[in-house]
Amino acid sequence: MIRIKCPYCGERDHSEFTYGGDASIRYPALDASREDWTQAIFFRENIRGFQKETWHHLNGCRMWLEIERSTVTHEIKSVKPCHPDLQKIMDSKK
Amino acid sequence: MTSFRIKNYGKVNRKKAISFKWENKKYYGYEGDSLASALLANNIKIVGRSFKYHRPRGIMSCGVEESGGLVTIGSYDKRDPNVRATTQELYQGLTAYGQNAFPNVNFDLGEINNYLSRFFAAGFYYKTFMGIPPFEWGTGTSIWMVFEKFIRKAAGMGKLSTLPDPDNYEHAHDFCDVLIVGSGPAGIAAAKEAADKKLDVILVEQDSLLGGDQLGDRVFNVDEVYSELKNLNIRILSKTTAFGLYDNCVMGLLEKVTDHKAEVNDSLPRQRFWTIRAKHIIIGSGSLERHIAFNNNDVPGVMTVNASKHYLNRYGVLTGKNIVISTNNDSAYKTAESLYNAGAKVTVLDVRQDISLPPIFKDKIPVRFQTVPYNINGSRKIKSIDLATITDSSYKKIDTIICDQVLLSGGWSPVVHLLSHRGSSPTWNIDNLCFLPGNTKENISIIGAARGIWNREECIKSGIAGALDAMNKMGLTKTNYFFPKEGGWKNPIHPLYEVKHKKLISKSFVDYQHDVTTDDIRLAHREGFESVEHLKRYTTLGMANDQGKMGNIIAISLMADLLDKKISEVGTTVFRPPYTPIAIGALAGRHVGKHFRPLRVTPMHQWNLDNGAVMIEAGLYQRPWYFPKKNETLTDSYIREATIVRKSVGMCDVTSLGKISIQGIDSTEFINRIYANPFAKLPINKTRYGIMLRDDGIVMDDGTSWRLSENEYLMTTSTAQAGKVMSWLEELLQTRWTDLKVNVTSVSEQWAAVAISGPKSRDVIKSCVENSILIENLPFMGFVSTKLIDGIPCRIVRISFSGELGYEIYIESDYANTMMNLLWREVKKFNGCLYGLEALGALRVEKGHVTGAELDGRVTIEDAGLGKMASSKKSYVGSAMRKRGVLNSLEREQLVGFFPINKKHTFGAGTIVCEKNSIKGFGVGRITSVTHSPELGHWIGIGFVKGGKERWKNITLIGSDPVRNKQMELKVVSPHMIDPEGKRMHV
Ligand SMILES: [Zn+2]
Repeated sequence: MIRIKCPYCGERDHSEFTYGGDASIRYPALDASREDWTQAIFFRENIRGFQKETWHHLNGCRMWLEIERSTVTHEIKSVKPCHPDLQKIMDSKK
Repeated sequence: MTSFRIKNYGKVNRKKAISFKWENKKYYGYEGDSLASALLANNIKIVGRSFKYHRPRGIMSCGVEESGGLVTIGSYDKRDPNVRATTQELYQGLTAYGQNAFPNVNFDLGEINNYLSRFFAAGFYYKTFMGIPPFEWGTGTSIWMVFEKFIRKAAGMGKLSTLPDPDNYEHAHDFCDVLIVGSGPAGIAAAKEAADKKLDVILVEQDSLLGGDQLGDRVFNVDEVYSELKNLNIRILSKTTAFGLYDNCVMGLLEKVTDHKAEVNDSLPRQRFWTIRAKHIIIGSGSLERHIAFNNNDVPGVMTVNASKHYLNRYGVLTGKNIVISTNNDSAYKTAESLYNAGAKVTVLDVRQDISLPPIFKDKIPVRFQTVPYNINGSRKIKSIDLATITDSSYKKIDTIICDQVLLSGGWSPVVHLLSHRGSSPTWNIDNLCFLPGNTKENISIIGAARGIWNREECIKSGIAGALDAMNKMGLTKTNYFFPKEGGWKNPIHPLYEVKHKKLISKSFVDYQHDVTTDDIRLAHREGFESVEHLKRYTTLGMANDQGKMGNIIAISLMADLLDKKISEVGTTVFRPPYTPIAIGALAGRHVGKHFRPLRVTPMHQWNLDNGAVMIEAGLYQRPWYFPKKNETLTDSYIREATIVRKSVGMCDVTSLGKISIQGIDSTEFINRIYANPFAKLPINKTRYGIMLRDDGIVMDDGTSWRLSENEYLMTTSTAQAGKVMSWLEELLQTRWTDLKVNVTSVSEQWAAVAISGPKSRDVIKSCVENSILIENLPFMGFVSTKLIDGIPCRIVRISFSGELGYEIYIESDYANTMMNLLWREVKKFNGCLYGLEALGALRVEKGHVTGAELDGRVTIEDAGLGKMASSKKSYVGSAMRKRGVLNSLEREQLVGFFPINKKHTFGAGTIVCEKNSIKGFGVGRITSVTHSPELGHWIGIGFVKGGKERWKNITLIGSDPVRNKQMELKVVSPHMIDPEGKRMHV
C-alpha cells in the first residue's frame, strides 16, 4: 500500500486515490493537429525511476495531484496540486 | 516413538482437561495444548499421509513451519483443511481428521504410490502433459484431458468444503509509531525500549502466548511478561500473524479471533484482517530449525530438535523415550540435556570433530562425533537408525542403534520473509550457513534471531538497538548504537544438508509436504533446470502449505553442489506474501453477499416498493424493474407498462441519473468544449442533449444540460458514467484548462427525479403544479423552476426518452415521496401506470435511443448515428481524433435496428449477426439491446452492423446465439422503429 501525503487531507492510503496518468504531458489546444493529439494521447515514456504522474483524491478532497513517484520503489518525492494557482497558494504557505 | 505427558513439566493447565476427537475417537488434552501436543500426549504417531507417495507422516515441528501435521478441522460447512496441528489451539469438542488417506491415515490404499514412485518423480505433471514415454499414448492436452480427473482426485491436500463459508470475517485498521513483529527476547526488549521512549507500540505475536523461544524454557512466566508490557501501554496482538509487509511500512496481519474457541459468540468474527500503518517496523520474527536429508527421514517420529524441547517445557510432553539427536551445530545440546533430565535416553550424533562439552555429555549422554544419520528403519514408526561416518567424500554405514525418535538440527534459517516482501534479497552467510536479511533503505529494523543472532543476551541487545534504530530513522533522535554481530555459538556450525545413500533411488526428503526428494532435485538438474526459480516450479519444491520453510535450504545447497557453485551464487527463491496461508474469507471480510458492494437507493425507494416494484441492480443502484399486477410475469408486466405509456401516461423513477452543477463565469465556454454538440448559444431555461467524447474521439457519455442562468448549468449523465464524468470534469478544470473560472459539484444525491411520459403527461403535470399555464406553454426541451401545488419548489423539464410527450420533474430529495404521491394520484386518474427499467428499455429501443449497452467505449459518434449532432464550427474534446482514418472507415459497424423475419422469433442481447453462408467468428455485427415491441407486436432489437443499414437492404442476415444455442433470420431496419419523425413528443 502506497501512502500519499495529500496536501489537503494528510497522509492517506493509495486506495483512496485513482491514478490519472503521465503528468508531464502537455495536452495540445483543442484545435491542434491530429498529429499533436496522437502524440499526446498514445505515446508514453516507460520510465524506470522517478516520473511525474497525476492522481485524483477520489475518496477524499477530490483534488487532482501531481506526484513524483519512483516506478521502481514507489518512493514518492513530492506531491502538489495540479492546478498552478493552487500550487502557488501552497508554496506561499511554506 | 512413544510420546507421553510427564509430571512437573509444561505450562498447560492440568486442572482443566479438554476432550477432542481425532479420526472419530475421543481423546483428552489440557487447556493450553496445541492439537499437536495433545496428539503426541496421546501417543498418536501418524497424523497424515504425504502428497504423492501416501507415506505416513507425523508431527515434525512445533510451529508454523510444520510439514507433517496437516489436518482437517471440523466438518460440513466448517470443514477447514490443511490446518497445522502445531499451531491449532485445542478446544473442547474439537474434531480433527488426518488427510490424504483412504480409508484412514493408519491404513491408506494410496500407499501403493510409494511403490510406483518412479512414475511420480520431479516434473511428473509436466511430463504427463507431454505424453508418457515409451508409449506416447497421446501428447499435450489430449492426454491431460484423459488423466485430469484421476490426477485431480489424487492431488491436493485435504478437501475444501464446497458449502458457503458460514463464518464472519472482519477488516480492521490501525496506526502506530512502531510495529514489532515477534515477542521473543528481542521483540520484547525492543517493545520495552520503544515504549520507554514514549513511542506508540504494537507488538504482534502469531502464537497464543508471548515469549517466542522462551516458551521452550523450563521456567518462563508468560503472565508476568504480559502484564509488564501492558503496564507500558504496549498494544499486544497475539494469535496474529504479520503475513505481508507492503510499501510505506504498511503491514498486513491476520488475527485468529475464535479459531480456538469451542463456543463462538456470533458477534465475533472468526478472523480479523488487519491493515496497520506504522512509522517504523521492527522485525523480530526469529529463525526456524532445518532438518537433514537422509534415507527415510520422514518416518513418524522424526522432528526438529528444538520442537522436542518446546513439547517438553511448554506442553509437558516427552516426545520419545529413546531419542537420537543428529546435529551440525551447538543449539541441540541444551535440548539433549533437557530431554535427558526429563527421563529420556539420549544419544547425540554430531557431524563435527570433537568439541568441548559439559561433563554430562561424557557421563550421561553419549555423543558420537563425525557421525551422521544414514537411514531410518521402520515405516510407520522408527525402529532403529543406521549411522554413518564420512570417509573420503562418501558416507559409510558404521552402526545401527535402537531408538523411537530421531531429532534433527541441520542449522537455523532466519525468517527473512517480511523483508524479502519488500524486494530486499537475503544474502548467504557462510559462517552461520544461513540466509541473512538483506539491506533496506526503508524504515525497517531487523532484530534477534531473524538477523542470525543465536545468543539470547545478544538478542536482547539487538532488540534495544532496533528500538534506537527506529527512533533515529523516524528522525526523533541521533543516538549511537550498534547491532550485535550475527552468530553466537561457541563452536562453528558445519555444513550438513544431505547424507547421500548409496542406493540409487533413496527416499531422502527435502520437501515433506510435496514429497520432493534429493533425487528429484538431481533429476531436475539432469533435465536442465538450473535456476532455483525453475527448479522450484518443476519439482514443486517449497510450493506446498509450508512454502519450504523447513527444506528449501537443503535443495539450494544440492543445486549449488550440482552446478558447482556457491550457495550465495545460487541464491534463494523470492518470498511473497502471505507468510502463512490466509482464508479467502478473511480477504473478503464483510464484503460478501449483499455487502459485496455498496448499495444505493433512490429517495423514493420505499415508495416504489410500497407500490409493488420489483427491483433490479443498475450499477450500484436499486431501480424499479417492473410493477407486476397479480400473477403477471416480467414480460406481461413490462408490455402492459410500455403500452400504457404510449396510450396514456406512466411515471418512472429516474433519480439514479448523475447530476452535476456547473457554475462560474466560464461555464458556457467549459460546457461548449466538453460536448460535441453546439452549446454556446443555448438559451436560459432551455436544455439540450449532448454527447461527450474522450480525447481519442470515442463516445464517453451522453446526457442533457440545462442552462439555469447566464453562468450556471445542471448537467445530467447516465447512471453508469456519473462518477467517471465527474472525475473527468474535475481533471479538465484542474489540470488542463486551469484558466477557466468554473466550479463543478456533484448534486446527484440532492435531486430526486421522476419521468412522466405519455400523451396524458401534460394533463397530469398541469394538475400538480401551482401555475398550469407554465406547463401549457413549456416548449420541447424547455424547463421551468416552479412549485408543486403544495408549494414545494421543483424543476420541470419537457424532455422525452420514450418518444412520447414527456416531462421530468426534479425535486429536492427529501420531498420525493410527497411528489410521488401527488403525481401518482393524478396518473391514476388517466388509468396510467408506474413503469420500471424494463418498460423504459422497451420504449427507448423502439425509438432507437442508445444507452450504455450501445455506448460501450468502442463506439464513435458516427457509429451511433449521431454524427450530425456534432458541431462543425467549434473544437471540443475529441474533435481532432474523431476524424482519424480508422474511425471513419465505411467498414465500421453502425447503429441499426433488427427485426426477425419470422415475427414469432425472439433473440437475445449479445446475438452475433452473420451473413447467411458465413456463420462464424465475429460475424458482421451484433445485437446490443432487445425487447418485445408492444406497438409492433413482435421482437425488435438495436445493435451494430458493418456498413450500416444501406449495405444490408433486402439481405437476410442470420442471428447466431451460440450461448443460448439459437439461430434466427434477421432483417436490418432503421433504429428509429416508431414515429421516426418524432411527432409524438412534439405535440
Ligand atoms: Zn485530499
